[in-house]
Amino acid sequence: MNSRIEIQRNILDFTLSSLLRRKTKNAVLMVVFTIVVFMLASIIFFTNAVKREAVAVLQNSPDIVVQRLSAGRHDLIPADYIKTITDMKGVVSVKGRHWGYYFEPAASANFTLVVPDDGGEEGRIVAGKGVSRTMRAGDGDILPLKSYKGEWVVLSIKGVLKSDSELVSSDLIEISEKDFRKIFGIPKDRFTDLSVTVRNPKETLTIAKKIKDSFPDTRPILRSEVLRTYDSLFNWRSGLLLIIAAGAVLAFIIFAFDRASGLSAEERREIGILKAIGWETSDVIAFKFWEGLVISLSSFMAGIILAYFHVFVAYAPLFEPVLKGWAVLYPEFRLVPFIDPFQIATLFFLTVLPYTAATIIPSWRSAVVDPDQIMRSQ
Amino acid sequence: MISVVDVRKVFNAGKANEYIALDGVQLDIEKGRITVIKGPSGSGKTTLLSVIGCMARPSSGRIRLSGVSVEGIPDDEGYVETTSLPERFLTQIRRKTFGFIFQQYNLVAGMTVIENVMLPAYPTGEAYSAVRNRAEDLLKIFGLYSRLDAKVQWLSGGESQRVSIVRALINNPSGIIADEPTAHLDTKLSSEFMNIIESLNREGRTIIIASHDPVVCESSVIHRVVEMRDGKVIR
Repeated sequence: MNSRIEIQRNILDFTLSSLLRRKTKNAVLMVVFTIVVFMLASIIFFTNAVKREAVAVLQNSPDIVVQRLSAGRHDLIPADYIKTITDMKGVVSVKGRHWGYYFEPAASANFTLVVPDDGGEEGRIVAGKGVSRTMRAGDGDILPLKSYKGEWVVLSIKGVLKSDSELVSSDLIEISEKDFRKIFGIPKDRFTDLSVTVRNPKETLTIAKKIKDSFPDTRPILRSEVLRTYDSLFNWRSGLLLIIAAGAVLAFIIFAFDRASGLSAEERREIGILKAIGWETSDVIAFKFWEGLVISLSSFMAGIILAYFHVFVAYAPLFEPVLKGWAVLYPEFRLVPFIDPFQIATLFFLTVLPYTAATIIPSWRSAVVDPDQIMRSQ
Repeated sequence: MISVVDVRKVFNAGKANEYIALDGVQLDIEKGRITVIKGPSGSGKTTLLSVIGCMARPSSGRIRLSGVSVEGIPDDEGYVETTSLPERFLTQIRRKTFGFIFQQYNLVAGMTVIENVMLPAYPTGEAYSAVRNRAEDLLKIFGLYSRLDAKVQWLSGGESQRVSIVRALINNPSGIIADEPTAHLDTKLSSEFMNIIESLNREGRTIIIASHDPVVCESSVIHRVVEMRDGKVIR
């Protein structure tokens, strides 16, 4: 057993020294491999993180959102609609919601102001991480917001939101109903929209139809529609990323094929020498296996680490054109790190294994020939 | 003792470019002696060394090695017949019984002298430190200790030759097979090489050399000259 380990250690030692002998060639191989893994892993990290954000958004989404339209645009909804909708069969509850966008010129950022379910505490707010970051204001600090009349409403931050999703909370400010109305000048009998909870999800569509019939000036939005919108949005983005992924995979196939298609004369000669001086075919294969594994595993890990930094630390600058839709909404959009071990394993099996196999096969073909023939064919 | 019994080696058999390298070779090589196989280019010297050294299999005939133990093979009859052995046993013989010295030295370029010397010992499972100590001792004996960490492509012809001899000795084989070892050496270095061969023989090793160099064939240290022509032993 010890001698087997010693054999592998000796072969690995030779492998490393062999890799150093062809520094330039192997460095180029590793750079190409790393770039391929980096691109693929960046796409995986990015799409997964964005999808996770979407799930977080939808978790808090009501069954039906009722908005009022005026001249084809979203308008404030009267409070007396609540009573009529609540009385409809199958409706559990109807809540009036207050939310709106506040443009902060100093930071050139849009904040989303929301009144929490409990109505909030007057003069005090809870800020999202993005707000806190942009305004450089934390717990206990003062954040003045300008009302529609141009007067300052001074608010103190009582906490910063901790959330799994920055998409949900980054630009959020939880504000009291009174302050909200003061800033935007919204009358007491008006809400931004209504959130409707239904008893049986299968009846959602029927209830939406009833609402539309009772109030023709409204637009009921179902959770499934929100889901579809997000889905098409992500699909569009994923489609673009898929093109990048396809390019990376194609590059990898060409790269692996090049390795599998044969050995250089120098490599064949070396295998001949090793066999002539007493290496078995299995020793030569072990040597080539270690060689392939050292290159592919190091590159794989480098690619994964670089992709992590690219997506979660540098916020995917290479995908900026694809990300621009978000950037308009969120001046600074940060993805919450999330790695799916299953997808990393898939990437591992799709890159490291084929490459290692591609390294072994031609070596095996050379190594099964009599060493005498390999030596003579110089 | 090495017995070569009616050995034929045909390359590209059945094709238009078929070539008979060995044609019914019959030869006994005594243990502990220096035997030189002499003959012009294409006479079959190198092929004969290859089949004796288990680097190639003959097309027909037998090679028997006596006084050789191969792990996993019973030697009830006092000899091992190599021609029918599976690859892994042949490797074992190449590794433990014979040390090879090649015409082109066949050192692995880009690696140091010590790494090249240690290469045949890597798959034996022997501890790295033990192999390294032995390699250093041998390099001292052959006056190469100062060149220990030099890349082999920086060595002179004589130095490369000595490195290949040290590499052949690293697993302490009982036989040395040398193919045209003096082809790239001048007369002085060739004579030095023959002195080394003599000292290795004095240690009890069987030496087989293929050469047509007069410095080798006419050297006083050799015990026997076998002459070949057209794939046959003629004397």
